[in-house]
Amino acid sequence: MTDPVDVLIVGAGASGAAVAWSLAETRMRIVCLEQGDWMNPAEYPSAGRDWEARAYSDMSISPNRRNRETDYPVNDANSPISVANFNAVGGSTILYAGHFPRFHPSDFRVKTLDGVADDWPIDYGTLEPFYAENDRMMGVSGLAGDPAYPPKESVMPPVPLGKTGQAIANGFNKLGWHWWPSDTAIATETYDGRDKCINLGACSSGCAQGAKASTDITYWPHAVRAGVEVRTRCRVREITTNGDGMASGVVYFDRDGIELFQPAEVVIVACNGVGTPRLLLNSTSGRFPNGIANTSGLVGKNLMFHPYASIQGIFDEPLDGYRGPGVCIWSQEFYETDLSRDFVRGYTYEINRGRGPVATALTGMFSGRIPFGEGHHEAYRQLFSRIAGMVGICEDLPEEHNTVTLDPELTDGHGIPAPKIDYTLSANSRRMLDHAVARATEVLTAAGAKDVITEAPIGVGGWHLMGTARMGTDPERSVVNEWGRSHDVKNLFIVDGSIFVTSAGVNPTRTIQALALYIADSMKKRLANLFD
Amino acid sequence: MADTIATDNPFTTEEQRTLLALVGALIPPSAEFGTPGADDPVIAADILATARPYHATVASALTQIESAAAKRYDTPYPDLDAATRASIASDLSRSRFAGVGTLVTITAQCYYRDDRVMRSLGMAPRSPYPDGFDIPQGDWSLLEPVRQRGRIYKEV
Repeated sequence: MTDPVDVLIVGAGASGAAVAWSLAETRMRIVCLEQGDWMNPAEYPSAGRDWEARAYSDMSISPNRRNRETDYPVNDANSPISVANFNAVGGSTILYAGHFPRFHPSDFRVKTLDGVADDWPIDYGTLEPFYAENDRMMGVSGLAGDPAYPPKESVMPPVPLGKTGQAIANGFNKLGWHWWPSDTAIATETYDGRDKCINLGACSSGCAQGAKASTDITYWPHAVRAGVEVRTRCRVREITTNGDGMASGVVYFDRDGIELFQPAEVVIVACNGVGTPRLLLNSTSGRFPNGIANTSGLVGKNLMFHPYASIQGIFDEPLDGYRGPGVCIWSQEFYETDLSRDFVRGYTYEINRGRGPVATALTGMFSGRIPFGEGHHEAYRQLFSRIAGMVGICEDLPEEHNTVTLDPELTDGHGIPAPKIDYTLSANSRRMLDHAVARATEVLTAAGAKDVITEAPIGVGGWHLMGTARMGTDPERSVVNEWGRSHDVKNLFIVDGSIFVTSAGVNPTRTIQALALYIADSMKKRLANLFD
Repeated sequence: MADTIATDNPFTTEEQRTLLALVGALIPPSAEFGTPGADDPVIAADILATARPYHATVASALTQIESAAAKRYDTPYPDLDAATRASIASDLSRSRFAGVGTLVTITAQCYYRDDRVMRSLGMAPRSPYPDGFDIPQGDWSLLEPVRQRGRIYKEV
C-alpha cells in the first residue's frame, strides 16, 4: 500500500490535466495515475523523414494498430467506426488535430428544442467562464465575431487561410453559406513557453514544435509545479469501496507490473468515453456487482461517436498540400435543426488543408485514380498538392444499444478485461452524412474542384468517445449529477467525455476541459461538505 | 527509416524476388520525371526493412500473387512483363485482399520519402521539423459577406 492521498485522478489526458491544475490551488495532496509515458516531442514523426509512415504504425490513432505496451486493445469489430485514442501524459491531445470549437447554446437543449435525447442539466452560460479559462490555459487561436456563436474572444490570431482556405472559402461565398476561421488549439504566437506554429503539417502525429496544445505542455507543467504528482506507466485495474459504500482508492499495476493499492479520499476518473466505463465496469464488489456507480445500469450505454463524412476535391491548381496545420476554416451552415431537412440536429464542416505525398499516393492508388504501373507518375502529379476538402462532423444522438462492455476474452497486458464496442449508425446519422456529402460536393464544385472523393462514415474515425456515464439530475437516468459526482458513490467524480448527455456536432475536447474545470470549481466551492 | 541488417531479413530469396517484381510494377521508373522505380536498390532496401514487422501478412500476399500468376499465365510472377504484373496487383488490390493493401501502403511510404522522388516533386528532401513551411495568410476580406449576413446560431 502507498501513502494515502486526498485526490486520486485516473488518466492524464485532456480532462485529467485540467482538473488536476484547477484543484492544485487547494494544496491537497493530488496524485494522477497514467498508464502511458511522458512523450518526447523530439521523437515525434515530423522530426523524421518517415513522418507519414509512422501515422500507420507506432503513432497510429488506432490502439489496436499501434499496439504499444502502454495501450489496451479495443474490440470494435461490431462497429462501423473504430476507436481512436492515445495513451500518454496528454492523452489523445497528443494526436488530435487541435480543432477546437465550443458547443453552442442549443447543444445543451436538444430535448426542449427538437424533442430528441435529453437536455443537459447545465447550460452554455454555466460553462462560458470555464471555456474562457480553458482557452487561456490551452492557448486558443481564432478570430472573434463568428456569427455561428455567441460572442467569444480569441487568445491569438487565427491560423493562416492559405491557398486551400482561400479556394474553399470562395466556394462557400459563391453559395452564400457560412464559413469562419477555425478556433484552434495551436499557438500562432509564442505563448506560455510554447513556440509558434511553423506549419509542420503533421499535427495529428504529435507536434514537434510544441505549438499544438497537448496537455503535457499546457496544463501539466503548471500542475506539477503546483505540487501535483504524476505517476506514469501505472494502469488502474479497479476502484475499490469501503463498508460505507465510499470509494477507498484504486488497485493499479506500476511500471514493473507490481500490483499496488493507492488509498484516496476522493477518486476522479478521467479516462474518456471508453476507458471510463471500462474501469467502472471492472470495479465490481458485493455492493456494486454490476460495476461501481452503475445503479442506473447506464454505465457503458449511450456511446456516441461523431460519424464523419470525408469529401475531398481534386483541383487543377496546387494548394497548400502537406504544408500547414490541417485545421483551417469551418462552416456551420447546417448546424442548427432545420425542419425542411430529413434529419434533426446538424453538423460542422471542417476544411482539410491537404495531404502529404504518401497519403496522396494511397488516396489515388486505392481510389483507382492513380494506376498501378504505366501512367502512375502522370496521374500522381495530377493529385499531388491538389487534393483538399472537408469533413462533416455529425451530431450523434444517444441510443442505449450503443455500448461499451467488457470483452469476455480480450484482455490487456495486465490481464484486465478489455472494452468491447457495439455500435450501430442511426438512420438520422445516415441521412445527415448523406446531406453532408451532397452539400460539400456543391461547395467543392463551386470552389473549382473537378472531381470529388467521398467516404461516409470514415471507418477509422472514432476520435470522439462520449456519453457512457452521462450526467443528469435523475439517478435513475444518469450516472453522475450536474457537477460530475457519482449519484451512488459520493466521493467518486467523472470529468471526461463520458459524462456528455449529447454530442453536439463539433469536436468535444474544449467542452470536456471546460466541464473538468467547472467540476473542479464545484468541488472547491463545496470542500466543507463535498460528500453530503 | 529502419536500417536493414541482412541477417534480420525474414524474407526468402523467392519472396524477395516476387516482392521486387511487384513493387517495380506498381511504380516504374520515369525518364520524363527523372525518377527511379520502386525496385531501385535503395528504395527496395527500405521497403524490405519496413515490411519486416509485417512479414506474415506480406508473405501471404506474395503467395497470392504467385498463385494468380501461375493460374492465369502458368508463369512465375517475376517472369511476367511489367504491364501484366501491374494488372495482377491491381486485381488483387481491388479484391480488398489485406496483404496486397499492406504492400501497396509500404511501397508508397518508402517511395515517396526517397530524396530523388521528393526533389522531382519540388520538395526539399527533409523532415518537416525543424524548418517548417511557409503558408500565405490569404485574403481575409473574403469574410465580408459572412459578416454582413449576421448571426446564424440559435438563441436558447
